[in-house]
Amino acid sequence: MVEQVPLNHALIVTTLMFFIGVYGFLTRKNLITMLISVEIMLNAVNLNFVFFDNYLFPGKLEGHFFSLFIIAIAAAEAAVAIAIFINLYRNIRSIDVEQVDKMKY
Amino acid sequence: MTVQELLLMRHEWALIAGVLILLVLELNFSEEQKSKSIISAVVIFTIITLLGFLPAESGSTFGGMYVTDPVRLLMKNILNLGVLIIFLQAGSWLQTKNNYNRVTEFYLLMLSSVIGANFMISAGHFLMFYLGLELLTIPITAAASYDQYKSKSAEAGIKLILSSAFSSAILLFGLSMLYGSTGEMYFSEVRFSNDLIQVLGFVFFFSGLGFKISIVPFHLWTADVYEGSPTNVTSYLSVVSKGAAIFVLVLLLINLFEPLRLVWQQVIYGTAIFTMTIGNLFAIRQQNLKRFLAFSSIAQAGFILLGVIGGSALGMATVIYFVLVYVFSNLAAFGVVIAIEQYAGKVNMADYNGLYKTNPRLSLVMMLALFSLAGIPPLAGFFGKFFLFTAVAASGFYILLFIAVLNAVISLYYYLLVVKAMFISKSESPVPYFQSDYPTRIALSACVIGIIVIGFYSPVFEYIKQLCLISF
Repeated sequence: MVEQVPLNHALIVTTLMFFIGVYGFLTRKNLITMLISVEIMLNAVNLNFVFFDNYLFPGKLEGHFFSLFIIAIAAAEAAVAIAIFINLYRNIRSIDVEQVDKMKY
Repeated sequence: MTVQELLLMRHEWALIAGVLILLVLELNFSEEQKSKSIISAVVIFTIITLLGFLPAESGSTFGGMYVTDPVRLLMKNILNLGVLIIFLQAGSWLQTKNNYNRVTEFYLLMLSSVIGANFMISAGHFLMFYLGLELLTIPITAAASYDQYKSKSAEAGIKLILSSAFSSAILLFGLSMLYGSTGEMYFSEVRFSNDLIQVLGFVFFFSGLGFKISIVPFHLWTADVYEGSPTNVTSYLSVVSKGAAIFVLVLLLINLFEPLRLVWQQVIYGTAIFTMTIGNLFAIRQQNLKRFLAFSSIAQAGFILLGVIGGSALGMATVIYFVLVYVFSNLAAFGVVIAIEQYAGKVNMADYNGLYKTNPRLSLVMMLALFSLAGIPPLAGFFGKFFLFTAVAASGFYILLFIAVLNAVISLYYYLLVVKAMFISKSESPVPYFQSDYPTRIALSACVIGIIVIGFYSPVFEYIKQLCLISF
């Protein structure tokens, strides 16, 4: 029987993941990578929910269900987002976020 | 589950049925008949709106996931009214050549988004709330990039979907902390106790919701998205999507986050000041009318926060009343912008010079709308602001009240800039005289009647206040 990882360590991992996602979202130039960063943030949240369910409220399933729903909605969001990226690519032949600057201030 | 329980979700059923009917109808229309779906959508939505006003019972269903009561019904009805006006205004734009083939898509996206708003308002569980929030946002991002051949529209779509995905991730992170510390997700069972992790979770949660309302540190997407989107979608974003988020914020703060009151009062105190001030100061320097209205709507959101901060039933009533007024005044302003953009293709403030000479009625509508937004008596906007200020004074935030009144004065300046352009400034080539189509005229007159009647007819506010006092 392997000793369980303490909850604190798990939470440190998810928090790190979340802020890695934030950092990526704020610094990346490519729209697809920005979307991936958001997905990392959402996955950190999923892990959070699952960890809380497992460690603090064993027997409850709400966290698990919530993470399933988050996965589904993230997929929907990515579908719409990528459709819009394609639309933008047709218009300006680029998906670099620095080119998306027609409107400012 | 009985039929009675299912009927509690009347608004949502009606909307879902409307979406399905529209889908089937569209299949039966040939290429030339596509514009018929404009009429059918408007008729269907009128029926849905009227259905919403029928008396209904309150209660909860789906094991408490879905809650409804008179206040929530009223909120949904207000949003429905707004959407109906938007549908009426959208007709002439949808009949243009580029959009001719995909008329139905616009209505489907809008209707799905309204379903999301309704579910979000009626949520009794965090999962339902989150699903409603996403259903509110995702279709509207698609609608924001509706103008396929304009790169600005695609840009607006990208800015909207990335910022909303980012904000919902932040909101969810806060939600996971709240779940971790309480172990419950049903609003009726969550018990907050002022733990540090709950405070942190609340701050994350509030930031996520703040993106949707465009409260100041989270407002940066607003102006760009409002400018780039088709104007009809912009009016939806600024009225319905923002209104729904505000309603939810009020409901959650008063019911659910009551134990954290001291925390959220401080948070809202700060954000309200920044939202009003920055919204107003940036609105002054805008030349594009859509951006101008974007910043004015940010400032209005700041005023709405004044009603929220008291956290009382009275504050809630003032917020609902203010949003009702805001729906009519903002949609009147957007209606004029849409009409002029449609017939002359102009959205800059300089293009409005001398509008009164050529289009006196449109300029009068615009003037009434802007005066109502600025809060000049005896229009409804004045009473809306007045009640908000009384709510703040009742809860004792006098410094906040002072800043709010100062901001009301600043806002008067930039609203009057537009009025000056229309009535006083001369122009070599003003927008020529044109007649807008009947639906737009109906929508604009409905807005004007709303702006004037709601102000004079005091039972409206009394009714809302009674409902709120009974329910909360």
